[in-house]
Amino acid sequence: MIRVEAIWKYFERQPVLKDVSLEFEQGKTNLIIGRSGSGKTVLMKCLVGLLEADQGKIFYDDRDFSAMQFKARKKIRKEMGMLFQGAALFDSMTVEENITFPLNMFTTMSRQEKRQRVDFCLERVNLGAVHHLLPAELSGGMKKRVAIARAIAIKPKYLFCDEPNSGLDPPTAILIDKLINEITHDLQMTTIVNTHDMNSVMEIGDSVAFIHEGSLWWSGSREQILHTSNKELNHFVYATELMRTIQNQKP
Amino acid sequence: MKLFYHIGKYFILLWMIMQRPERASIYRRQTIAEMDYLGLDSLGIVAIVSVFMGAVVTIQTAFNTDHPLLPTYAIGFATRQAIILEFSPTVISLILAGKVGSSIASEIGTMRVTEQIDALEVMGVNAASYLILPKIIALVIINPALVVISMFLGIFGGYAAAGLTDVVPLSNFIYGILFEFSQFDILYAMIKTVVFAIIIASVAGYFGFYTRGGALQVGHASTKAVVFSSIYIILFNLILTQILLA
Repeated sequence: MIRVEAIWKYFERQPVLKDVSLEFEQGKTNLIIGRSGSGKTVLMKCLVGLLEADQGKIFYDDRDFSAMQFKARKKIRKEMGMLFQGAALFDSMTVEENITFPLNMFTTMSRQEKRQRVDFCLERVNLGAVHHLLPAELSGGMKKRVAIARAIAIKPKYLFCDEPNSGLDPPTAILIDKLINEITHDLQMTTIVNTHDMNSVMEIGDSVAFIHEGSLWWSGSREQILHTSNKELNHFVYATELMRTIQNQKP
Repeated sequence: MKLFYHIGKYFILLWMIMQRPERASIYRRQTIAEMDYLGLDSLGIVAIVSVFMGAVVTIQTAFNTDHPLLPTYAIGFATRQAIILEFSPTVISLILAGKVGSSIASEIGTMRVTEQIDALEVMGVNAASYLILPKIIALVIINPALVVISMFLGIFGGYAAAGLTDVVPLSNFIYGILFEFSQFDILYAMIKTVVFAIIIASVAGYFGFYTRGGALQVGHASTKAVVFSSIYIILFNLILTQILLA
């Protein structure tokens, strides 16, 4: 479980996160939704330590991450996997080398064991013989899947996904969403997904938090989101014609 | 004030680079790969520049010391001293600052703007050390070797020019080359080369590592890396010459 307590973050004296408190449960796909520029990515970067929160605390299973020094944080970071918006694969390495990288760095696995782990991870994300391809030779969806495979290679306890389906066609986006959800439940990870895609919310959102102008505006389940009276959230949820049609058909 | 900010940030980066590596064997492998990529790939340009530099130094010295009171072996002597003390360690380092420095800054800068460095940090890898330390070690090992090769080729270039243009008899040129040779001159050149190698890799690494933005900023980082490492090489050349030869 990850717990966030009263996080504040400023950029040039302007608050971009304002007193955000949240809990992300283990074994669930926890979604953070909000409009572009609402502070979702900043929150996620604070969670993984790429940015330092100016106030507030972050706990990983009751371990105070915000109070830790660089070396102590490394231990928790080895329990993290992250899928970046642009996949962030190491472009000079092959797919196999990308997935093997964390195994080489942090495990004492034999070559055979590493090979088996790579095969397992690639199979898990429904990719076949792409071991020797470079990231530049993969499609957008394949890159995302390889990035997921790399993220789960060292069996993380916490998985972070920053807009995992941005720039993908709808079927591939749904495939990636489902994959993240399946892996989360199978491996009992605490998964946090940043998205502004309502399809993702309805497909995989076990719990949903809505961030608006840097503040936590609403939190609940995906069923509750359709019946909320929160004006800003409704404006976000029913922004598309499709969702408005669904809204009008509600009894 | 901004100067002090950058100096402070540079030394913080150096401190991060010097942390204990996560896995020494990976760093060793990385260092060997960098020696090949950054060092051996530069051999061609170092060879060409050195041969022509030696030839030009010999011809210019011959024309500028054409006096009956000056012995002709002084041309060989001056060529050797110029190449060993200054041209090979400093000029070759400046050339490598352009070739290798821009390559390091653009490689690391691209990794920064495409979030590859963030990915390393989230994994718990010390990105500064993993990316920059092998490059520093590689240059510290390979640059002295390149400079020694440059010295030989520079003197060979001078010898070839002497033979082809007849500005000095070859026997006198060789006598000049061997005249009052001091081993300390080689040590002095090697000390300079090692310091310059550290400057090239760390300054280029600094500008690459703190790149923000996109392709344009990666280009700017690359340019800044070359300009600043060249300035520091020239500055440290003066300081080290004063300390070691005064």
